[in-house]
Amino acid sequence: MYSRKVIQKFEETLNNPSAHNVGRMDANAKNVGTGMVGAPACGDVMRLQIEVDDQNIITDCKFKTYGCGSAIASSQQMIEMLIGKTLEEAKNIKDREIADLLELPSIKVHCSVLAEDSIKKAIADYESKKA
Amino acid sequence: MNKNLVYFDYAATCPVDPRVAAKMQDCLLIDGTFGNPASRSHEFGWKADEAVEKARLHVANLVKADSREIVWTSGATESDNLAIKGAARFYKDRGNHIITSKIEHKAVLDPCRQLEREGFEVTYLDPDENGVITLENIQKHVKETTILLSIMHINNELGAVNDIEKIGKYTRENNIIFHVDAAQSTGKLPINLSQLDVDLMSFSGHKTYAPKGIGALYVRRKPRVRLEALIHGGGHERGFRAGTLPTHQIVGMGEAYRIAAEEMEQDNKKIAKLAEIFWKEVSGIEEIYLNGSFKNKVPNITNISFAYIEGESLIMALKDVAVSSGSACTSASLEPSYVLRALGRADELAHSSIRFSFGRFTTEKEVKMVAETTKKVVHQLRELSPLWDMYKDGVDLEKVEWVTH
Repeated sequence: MYSRKVIQKFEETLNNPSAHNVGRMDANAKNVGTGMVGAPACGDVMRLQIEVDDQNIITDCKFKTYGCGSAIASSQQMIEMLIGKTLEEAKNIKDREIADLLELPSIKVHCSVLAEDSIKKAIADYESKKA
Repeated sequence: MNKNLVYFDYAATCPVDPRVAAKMQDCLLIDGTFGNPASRSHEFGWKADEAVEKARLHVANLVKADSREIVWTSGATESDNLAIKGAARFYKDRGNHIITSKIEHKAVLDPCRQLEREGFEVTYLDPDENGVITLENIQKHVKETTILLSIMHINNELGAVNDIEKIGKYTRENNIIFHVDAAQSTGKLPINLSQLDVDLMSFSGHKTYAPKGIGALYVRRKPRVRLEALIHGGGHERGFRAGTLPTHQIVGMGEAYRIAAEEMEQDNKKIAKLAEIFWKEVSGIEEIYLNGSFKNKVPNITNISFAYIEGESLIMALKDVAVSSGSACTSASLEPSYVLRALGRADELAHSSIRFSFGRFTTEKEVKMVAETTKKVVHQLRELSPLWDMYKDGVDLEKVEWVTH
């Protein structure tokens, strides 16, 4: 059911959370955007926070995810793709890319959709603070 | 196969007891009891028939029935199908109403759905908060047209036990056929069918250390219960179930049930002690909930919800432990357990349930190891959980507006 990549990412994150961007940032900080998507009823909730510098580059991310192994691996994959990207580049990350990199089966594709949604929400939150 | 893997999923299936495997091996080869039990013309057949009848006695003996009341099937699923569809179709002139519960195994629920398509009316009862179906609840839903009640003895996800003695008295007085799915019961609780007012009872081989692919249905003779057969051809098993009897499978089930009758007490004492050790170790974890009640459950099944973490990730993190979330038949789907839903558990608790089930070969060392690992990974997963953060911050999750997708 799980690809080796999913298992590897899941276990790395579980065994060494601080080295894998697990945590939280001050949601009220001006340079932080927060996106939380999903619902306990659906079995997954993802919270992504991005720290953005004045060049609109994502310099750091933190996340916490309630969900299956694929949801946690998708969060980890998303973080790796986000850091160093500009907001415009980040907006173009598609769930398909995450799903392909992790070889998610179709029954788990919603995990990567959740990751894309959390990126969009985190960016929108950051931009609303700037506006 | 990972050598360190610990098996805590005995409620899904058991390994075959070595003593059972040895008996089965005697029924396969040319110099063994391989004959067709239905062959009347030679000794190979007579020997096989003898072995099958001896096994039937062992099964009957464990549940205090007459061996003529035991019908071999391919497993508890077939037994449930034969009992429910067979009785409903035979007694359809008496009425068309069937009562069962929402937390039955799919082997009961799906035949009931099929009967609905055939024009029967089915009532699916809610369990109480501990997974028990009460007589009062049944009485409330019985009507003039009720012909059949199907209630499990022990729930496969929770281990909750129903009072089939009390329920049977009521159904007998009211002329309702009473079917009990006892797939989880044999070797776990004593069953005395000479005292119980149960008309039909389903048994599984592989939940009691026999191989998969063999089971039995108890069909009461006094008062006589009749069924419409599902499988025709050859008139085996007094017309209830056609098909050449699998001697080796039957002998395996007979031996497994013989051992169960002999060793049930000591097995259960050991398992109850292990379950106690396990619960003592894990119950120190914050925010965990036992599904079911210690007052009314078998000790071999412990079903726990770990709040704020999701069950599938917990199973993945418990990588050296074979456990399941809910029943094996449904764990491929993303739906939370329908059994826990029926208990009225909140979604996040239904999504985070794990069934630990112990058996004859479970050791104290394994129990302690699994308890330690569980404590460790629950802590790790909560570190990853935004819901755990929110709980610790005092946020009421019921009041959050979630962004569903």
